[in-house]
Order: sequence, then structure tokens, then C-alpha cells
Amino acid sequence: MKQRGWWVLLACLMQLQVLLHAQVIGPEAAAMAQDPVVEARLVVLSQELRCLVCQNESLASSHAELADDLRREVRSLIREGKSDQEVKDFLVARYGDFVLYRPEVKPLTWVLWFGPFVLMLLALVFLGRYLQARRAQVKPQALSDEDRARAEQWLKG
Amino acid sequence: MKKFLIPLALFLGLVIFLAIGLNRNPREIPSPLINKPAPAFSLHTLEGDAMFSPADMRGRVWIFNVWATWCVACREEHPVLVAFANKHAVPIVGLSYKEIQPQDEAAKLGPDAKLQVARERSWVWLKRHGNPYINSVMDLDGRVGIDYGVYGVPETYVIDKEGVIRFKHVGAVTPALLAEKILPLIDTLDKS
Repeated sequence: MKQRGWWVLLACLMQLQVLLHAQVIGPEAAAMAQDPVVEARLVVLSQELRCLVCQNESLASSHAELADDLRREVRSLIREGKSDQEVKDFLVARYGDFVLYRPEVKPLTWVLWFGPFVLMLLALVFLGRYLQARRAQVKPQALSDEDRARAEQWLKG
Repeated sequence: MKKFLIPLALFLGLVIFLAIGLNRNPREIPSPLINKPAPAFSLHTLEGDAMFSPADMRGRVWIFNVWATWCVACREEHPVLVAFANKHAVPIVGLSYKEIQPQDEAAKLGPDAKLQVARERSWVWLKRHGNPYINSVMDLDGRVGIDYGVYGVPETYVIDKEGVIRFKHVGAVTPALLAEKILPLIDTLDKS
């Protein structure tokens, strides 16, 4: 019985969330109803695109006015039959690579893409050399007979 | 070689990188439009029925300034532009960017009435704060703004005689920026 109560609560919360969400994206809902295929592509695409005004939000989640305008622009590009790449190129030509959450791999972005791996490789090289040097330093020394006798005496207690 | 100096050197290196990183302005995004032809458009001007297009400025080095009456930073920038326009002969064209915001009552009006309201507001504002522009154009829906990669008003561009964008600045223009960067650039562009 108790478990059922939790389910009801969860369902209520989910309902609430749907309601809140619907309220926030109100103006978009009309466009959504008009052409669900275009909207679905817009949602996927705009998650890959950065909102310029609030830089850590994607174009999909941002409520900034510019994001609204850019979504409208992307929507009309999709309607014109442009491919995802063409839409991205359109925005990059205006706002730079910065709009892409996953910038293209090209000489300018090599450091960004490969830098961490180069650093890791360097770290591994240093680690290897350090371990080697350490092994040489703490070379196990053979026990002399005298040491052995002393150890035996201690062990006997 | 003193071993303890190694971590110290690494730490100092880190400090230098952090200092550079923290002193950079994350809002300043390098524009891909530099050295590219200024996107063409044809827009209504503030007064009269004539349309304006960047091609009209061929053969002149000019400044393109994006502003709006609702933009707070523009208020700070405006006297600087007015003083500049009084002192120098460089033509400045203003772009009134999305004068009517979506939450505005006037947003419900038809396109012609909207243009009228936007013109009136811009006109009153320029009358009060001074008009540094030789011409002002009305970008009501922000489409031209998108073509120019506008993401924060005010923005300022320097466009050369061939219609190529040579410089872009996001945010309010300061007297220092004008004197140290924009004027020397315009001088060299004028001579070429």
C-alpha cells in the first residue's frame, strides 16, 4: 500500500513537470504542432549549438531572445531542405566555431582535440621514468649473516 | 640542479596560464566575418522612403554601429560616438536592432505600424542623445543582425572601401578604443 502512494506521488510530479514545461515553451508549441518532423530535427540540431548570449546553454534550452531568433532561422533553413551540415555552416559563418559544442577537427582545433591525449602521454612517460629511477634507488639489499642472526633473535622474542 | 625548483616552476607556469585565462573576456568571441565581405541587405531607413544597402557605401571607409533604444550599454556608448562624429569625417551608419522587443505592446502591430513606431522611438531617442549617424537603418526582425553575427548590442564594425569587414567590436566603444584601434585602422584603410 505504501508503495502505491509513492507511485501516485511520482506520477503527480511528472504531471507537474509536463505542465511547467508546457508553460515555458508555450510559443514553441504552436510551431511544434505545425510540423513535428522539422521540430524534431530542430531539437536535435539545436542541442549541438551554443546560445551566444548565455554561453553555457544550448540553443535548445536557452530562453534568450537571440536563441529564439536563431531557432526560427534554423527552422526556416530546415524547411528549405538544408542538411544539418549546411545549417551548422550557416551559423559558423556568422558566429564562428564557438557556436558548435563539438568543434570540427582542423589545425586550429588540434590542441583542443588532441591536447589532453598529448598531456596524458607526457604524464605516462614521466611516470615511467620516475618509477624506473625509484626502482634503482631502493634496490633490495641482500641480508648479511649477521643481520639474519639478529632477525632470528627478534622473531624468537 | 635543485629538485625542489621543479614543482615551483610548474606552479608558476600554471599561475601564468590562469592569469591569462582569467584576464580574457569570455564574451569576446573572434568573429569569422573579419576580412569577409559585409553581408548585403536592403533595409528601410529612419527617414524617408529610400532603402539603404551596404553597396551604397562603396569607395568609402565607414563604421557600422548596431544599437537600440532599449539597450543600456548604448546609452554609455552614444556620447562617445557623437563626440567622434563631431570631430572626424568618418561616416557612421546606425542599425537600429530589433527596436520592438517581443514582450512589447507594439509587437502585436502589423509590419507597417511597427516600422512607424520603431522609427518614432529611434527618432526621439536620437534627438535627445544626439545623432552621430549619417544614415540609420531599421532591422526590425533582427535578420540582418544574424547575418552580421550580432549577439550583444552595441556592436561596431569597420568596413573598408571594397565593402570588406576589417574590424568588429562587441560592447560599448570607448574613446581609448577609437583612438588606439579604430582611427589608426581607418587611416590605413583610407590610404589604400
